[in-house]
Amino acid sequence: MVIQQAEVQQAVSRPRGRWWTFAGRRVRRLLISLWVLVTASFLMIQLVPGDPVRAALGTNAPPDLVASRRAQLGLDDPLLEQYLRYLGNLFTGDLGESILTQLPVADTIVQRLLGTLSLAVPAFLLTFAIAIPVGVAMAVATRRGRRRRAELSFVGTSIVLSSIPEFVVSVALVAVVAVNLGILPAAGRDGIGSFVLPVLALSIGPAAVMSRIVRVEMLAVLDADYVRTARSKRLSSLRINLRHALPNAVTATLTLSGIMFAAMVAGTVLVENVFAWPGLGSTIVSSIRSRDYPLVQGSVLVYGAIALLANTLVDVAVAALDPRSTIGDS
Amino acid sequence: MRRHWPQVLRTPVGIVGIALLTILLLLAVLAPLLWGDRATATDTGDILSGPSSQHWAGTDDLGRDIFFRTLVATRLSIVLTLLATALGVGLGLLLGLAPLLLPRRLGRIMVAFLNVLLGFPSLLMVLFLAVILGVSTSSAVLAIGVAIASPFARLVHTLGAGIAERDYVAAARISGVNPVRVIVRHVLPNVAEPLVVNATVTASSVLLAFGGLSFLGIGVQPPQYDWGRLMQDGLGSIYTNPLAALLPGIAFVVTGLAFNLTGEAAAGTFGAKSRSRSRWTSPAAPVTVRPSGSGDEEHARVADVLDVRDLHVSFPGPEGPISPVRGVSLTLRTGEAVGVVGESGSGKSMTALAVAQLLEEPGRVTAERLTFCETDLQAGARSDHDALLGTSLAVVFQDPMSSLNPVMRIGSQLVEAARRHQGLTRQEASDRAVDRLRAVHLADPERRARQHPHEFSGGMRQRTMIAMGLMGTPRLIVADEPTTALDMTVQRQVLDLLQETRRDHGTAILLISHDVSVVSSVCDRVLVMYAGRIVEDLPSADLRTKARHPYTRALIGAVPDMATDLDAPLTTIPGQPVDPRNVPDGCAYAARCPLATERCRQDDPVLVADAIGSVACWHADVALDVRIEEEAR
Ligand code: SF4
Repeated sequence: MVIQQAEVQQAVSRPRGRWWTFAGRRVRRLLISLWVLVTASFLMIQLVPGDPVRAALGTNAPPDLVASRRAQLGLDDPLLEQYLRYLGNLFTGDLGESILTQLPVADTIVQRLLGTLSLAVPAFLLTFAIAIPVGVAMAVATRRGRRRRAELSFVGTSIVLSSIPEFVVSVALVAVVAVNLGILPAAGRDGIGSFVLPVLALSIGPAAVMSRIVRVEMLAVLDADYVRTARSKRLSSLRINLRHALPNAVTATLTLSGIMFAAMVAGTVLVENVFAWPGLGSTIVSSIRSRDYPLVQGSVLVYGAIALLANTLVDVAVAALDPRSTIGDS
Repeated sequence: MRRHWPQVLRTPVGIVGIALLTILLLLAVLAPLLWGDRATATDTGDILSGPSSQHWAGTDDLGRDIFFRTLVATRLSIVLTLLATALGVGLGLLLGLAPLLLPRRLGRIMVAFLNVLLGFPSLLMVLFLAVILGVSTSSAVLAIGVAIASPFARLVHTLGAGIAERDYVAAARISGVNPVRVIVRHVLPNVAEPLVVNATVTASSVLLAFGGLSFLGIGVQPPQYDWGRLMQDGLGSIYTNPLAALLPGIAFVVTGLAFNLTGEAAAGTFGAKSRSRSRWTSPAAPVTVRPSGSGDEEHARVADVLDVRDLHVSFPGPEGPISPVRGVSLTLRTGEAVGVVGESGSGKSMTALAVAQLLEEPGRVTAERLTFCETDLQAGARSDHDALLGTSLAVVFQDPMSSLNPVMRIGSQLVEAARRHQGLTRQEASDRAVDRLRAVHLADPERRARQHPHEFSGGMRQRTMIAMGLMGTPRLIVADEPTTALDMTVQRQVLDLLQETRRDHGTAILLISHDVSVVSSVCDRVLVMYAGRIVEDLPSADLRTKARHPYTRALIGAVPDMATDLDAPLTTIPGQPVDPRNVPDGCAYAARCPLATERCRQDDPVLVADAIGSVACWHADVALDVRIEEEAR
């Protein structure tokens, strides 16, 4: 009574193929998005009202200096030619030169990007390191209407914490920890201690949101049939919660991590400003204020690309981990 | 929608949210009128001072009072927030509805474009737009409005597309009604609710985005000031006067909370209408507890695998407990297969869960006796019986698609109980797992053990569940509708496998089903359940000829034969099953019973044993006569 081969074949081949179509679709969307991003950042300089070089150098700059910078940037060439050259340069990693400092934009960005990532990556990890245990513990503790008070205060705290923007958290942390207690440095990058406050500021809000999501996912998973199956095997509750329920709750949560990472990288813009952190965020803001357009252009490009890549990678990775997630996705 | 807003006010969260919003709006209107002068009055003799009785939050670099500046800044902060939100919602509506109006191709391109936009963090879009539009307050409003438009557009599109596909809308379109009218009449009213809720929550992020821009110096420009600007100014003097930066920060938090709480409360009332009142609301009838209905003296015999006497399952309800199982007694001997049939809601699945000790809080199980393999399951803590139950009791559930853990390999799911309860080594356990998969007739068990459940068909998963039970030495398999989700051929195979297990291992089987034909093909005895009780107990061989309870008779009448359409509802018994919250006095079946008399409505019939089996019906003999009469005709 061996099961028909056809039934087996069908059951086996379907999900794999589905993953490849899904990954293909996501990569195609990524490429289109990248193209939109590149084109938008190219058009940015063209769309700036007035003469961008004049705006950057100030009204008192000598006309021949402005003219030579314009020529240098190729702003006087036909638009299509500029666009093609821009694309070509991008492939060689050339993002042009800063109008103000005349340093290669790519060099500045790479250097500053490391500063930003050294905040965003630890903050990202910290967020999950807080959210998963807290969310899981709250789900297990407040399941099936138990401990209503704990549930309410958890949800309340989480809503309050997630209502506080990064820059307010940053300022509050500076005021309390650095100024009042005088424990950690208030600004600048100087040793491990200087990372603590900015990383905390970046992760508190997302951790509050995430732990709430983890809890809800975990609650749903704990009621799933396969958890009942696990209980029917009389496993220890530790194993049921951690081995059977947790991975399922987390795969669902991970889908959001791409968006969260992108938001976190964006959040560094504000946090870096509070902590005078030498990162891409403070660079983009100062270059917007000083109208150093090539630098803004490059930064926007890099920020956007990070967000897009993070989203796509997470989606595809989660789909590989959990084949169900591709079902019904468009 | 208006109907729902008062409900927002009924939740504590909503009250706090709305109250905060009201205070903020009042401040926004009144503060500049009342304290505008004090907020702009400079005092060069008293610059950058700390908090004092004169200046509660100190002064800034021109000697202006920070406390009043913060209050006055409420207006600009909130006005800008509302403007940008309104702009975003408006744009989102346009962008989201456009694909419904445009020709199909163009619409699809727009949706794709929206999806692309959604991939970018909104702060990045704001910065990008701020560059193009230049640094000013109005361009910041524009930038934020545009940046938040795409999520709204997506929301509107998703909701709108669902509605536009409904028949009446399609009909309106085909009959040449102006599409704009279709949208105004049909689509807008339906998207309004979620849109308002979303806008409220988005307002809080707009507030923060705007604050962020001003804080970075690319939002509100001096001499105007909002909270973000004040925070930036205060940051410079954070060592001398931290309050200068913190006070506007607190304003942000309070306002953000006001929007968030209101949004949460609204989402709660709009979205989760059914969550709070699930099944507990209607009044429960007083629970009649009666002594064990079983008069079957054979039950006293030892060596039964399972012996249950007077089992009750109850759940708390607002007006007293609700009891879906009310005094069930049953006994299974080694190798015996007993079926439990009944409509859904008869309490048969609850009985199975209770027997398997899988019923969770707040459900409560009580029984006069509940012994499995001569162990009293009610004695000691539940975990005391883990080893016994984990090796000797197997459970197969209804839905094969969800009863295996999707992220664990089949092999791991098989070995874990054996590792815990039988102390097998990793290798021994996995060898046994492969062996058991072979025993349930899965081809290539080595490879199968390394696969995940999604690579298995439904029938294969049910086999795996049985294999899981065979990892130990199962004395009893509780199978709750194990074949209901499977098609006919696979159903047969799984039932055969159960029979085989029973033959080879002497395993007793408790088979729960709503399908009398499934039960009678596998089981020796059939228990018929109605309203949480066993109403008849008889050998399955006698089911078709000797059933006496009117309900059993009706169930048999409802059994499909091969000619019956399988998709049609199985139960065709007139009337509704009894609601466990409201069990009538007398016989629970009286309302649907063709033989019901006054006695039935007053006195509850007890289960009485005789030569054929047991039955709980005052007119058991009459029922039989009627049947014979009918057959004679
Ligand atoms: S006791 Fe009366 S109402 Fe109940 S099943 Fe028998 S005949 Fe029908």
